Amino acid sequence: MKARALSLTIPLIAPALLAVIWVILARQIGNQVILPGIEQVADLLGHPTEDLISMGSLISNVLVSLVRVIMGYAIAALVAIPLGIVMGYYGFIFKFFNGFLNLFRPIPPLAWVPLVMAWFGISSLATVVGLETGQMYIYLNNIKFSMLFIIFIGAFYPILTSTIHGVRNINTTLIDSARVLGASEYQIFMKVLIPASMPSIITGMRIGLGIAWMCLVSAEMLPGSLSGIGYMITHAFTLASTDIVIAGMISIGVVGASMDMVFRRIEHKKFSWRRQAR
Amino acid sequence: MTQQNVIIEIEKLSKEYSTERGESFLAIDNINLKIQENSFTCIVGPSGCGKSTILRIAAGLEKATSGTVHYRSDPVTKPCGEIGLVFQEYSLFPWLSVIDNVAAGLDFAGVEKEKRDEEATRHLRMVNMLDFKDAYPHELSGGMRQRVAIARALANDPDVLLMDEPFGALDAHTRILLQQELLKVWELTRKTIVLVTHSVDEAIFLADKILIMASRPGRIRNSLEVNIERPRSRAIPEFGKMTDYILKELEYSM
Ligand SMILES: Nc1ncnc2c1ncn2[C@@H]1O[C@H](COP(=O)(O)OP(=O)(O)O)[C@@H](O)[C@H]1O
Ligand SMILES: [Mg+2]
Repeated sequence: MKARALSLTIPLIAPALLAVIWVILARQIGNQVILPGIEQVADLLGHPTEDLISMGSLISNVLVSLVRVIMGYAIAALVAIPLGIVMGYYGFIFKFFNGFLNLFRPIPPLAWVPLVMAWFGISSLATVVGLETGQMYIYLNNIKFSMLFIIFIGAFYPILTSTIHGVRNINTTLIDSARVLGASEYQIFMKVLIPASMPSIITGMRIGLGIAWMCLVSAEMLPGSLSGIGYMITHAFTLASTDIVIAGMISIGVVGASMDMVFRRIEHKKFSWRRQAR
Repeated sequence: MTQQNVIIEIEKLSKEYSTERGESFLAIDNINLKIQENSFTCIVGPSGCGKSTILRIAAGLEKATSGTVHYRSDPVTKPCGEIGLVFQEYSLFPWLSVIDNVAAGLDFAGVEKEKRDEEATRHLRMVNMLDFKDAYPHELSGGMRQRVAIARALANDPDVLLMDEPFGALDAHTRILLQQELLKVWELTRKTIVLVTHSVDEAIFLADKILIMASRPGRIRNSLEVNIERPRSRAIPEFGKMTDYILKELEYSM
């Protein structure tokens, strides 16, 4: 009982200390713009649906960001996983793509911004669908191609790398066993390569999601962006509303950590076999 | 022994591997052998003499450099359902439960779930593993995993069962237990079995016929019938004599 109470309190000590230091510093400094009071930020976080300086509410901006990340990320996963599996399995496909892909790997997602702006400008899903007014337009116009592209680049490499790694490390006896048991090439892919490399793929997806979420803030600072948590932070900064900046940063942290936790749960629940098995 | 059908015929089989330095390496050279239907054949030989290579080619997993393998009258060029192969270890799919592992071959063949489970259950019972049908491979001991691997190969109902050192990674006690169980399964199903081992004792205990291999290049040096009455006892003098003889042969083969 005592040990349990202790193990629950230990993780809370560091945040509590931080809060105390914050309170003391805020009182000492006494300047809203440099460091607002903790209660001000807490108040913002406690009322996430309130409209803030006419940029929409905290929640609505977080949701817009989430939709963007999920779209860019989903596209990245849909390309990287199948590509990673065939690259991991067929040596010649690996040779074909690997040098080319490695050329782009060291480029930070942000370095793509100028090129991406030149390519896509402020065009969005709304542009493709051909909408110019209405509620639907507002939704779709939030999904800029430039943003999707940057999020895509951020998530693509970690997912690809760990998928290739996962497939390459499959014990060949498993593949041979499936062959002898009569599996077709397609069944080898679906029933051996994918499940066997899934733990590694999930790890890559977890890292990719973290990076995608980080790329998002930069993507939301691109011209033409009028919503999203990154936009909200930069805009609040220009208005010297540091409390909103901090509330926005905390939201980013909380959402990112929650998404990570979902993946960790999956890793833990579904892939306990990997810890013991070869 | 009465005249029986030849079920596997290997003729002039050779396999050359190319090494990393670009040289070629003759793993097996001109192997000829006939396997009788329903018989139990053991292959013994020093490690690296090409035992696994022969089984892998016979199972259709690898191509021969020259020569042929025939199953009945058909040439073997790729894996077919009639020839099963059991590996030494790590062959179970770790993400599938025991019963799903055993049903895997039937799943590949498109057999529906109910029928699959019925067959898998029957074969798990045969190897005394039914109590563990919902366990996962990592929860089993090495001996249990090999039982499941054998059940999985049998569930596919192959005519011929090739086994590549199936008990090689087990402790001595488990090994003897599984040898006895394998003989029971063999008598029950009357499959044709070809088992590779580096244990002379195991070969004499199990086989109707023992092939002794020599290495560099891998070839069959000698073959002999084991005419000890079943069930066999290791305590009888014939057993010891045969062990001595084969060990000597193997010494020359090194
Ligand atoms: N894929 C391969 N590439 C190159 N050499 C191989 C390959 N597989 C086996 N060999 C070589 O062929 C010889 C026979 O191997 P193997 O059939 O596994 O022997 P055994 O099963 O009798 O121990 C060994 O010397 C081994 O190093
Ligand atoms: Mg071997």
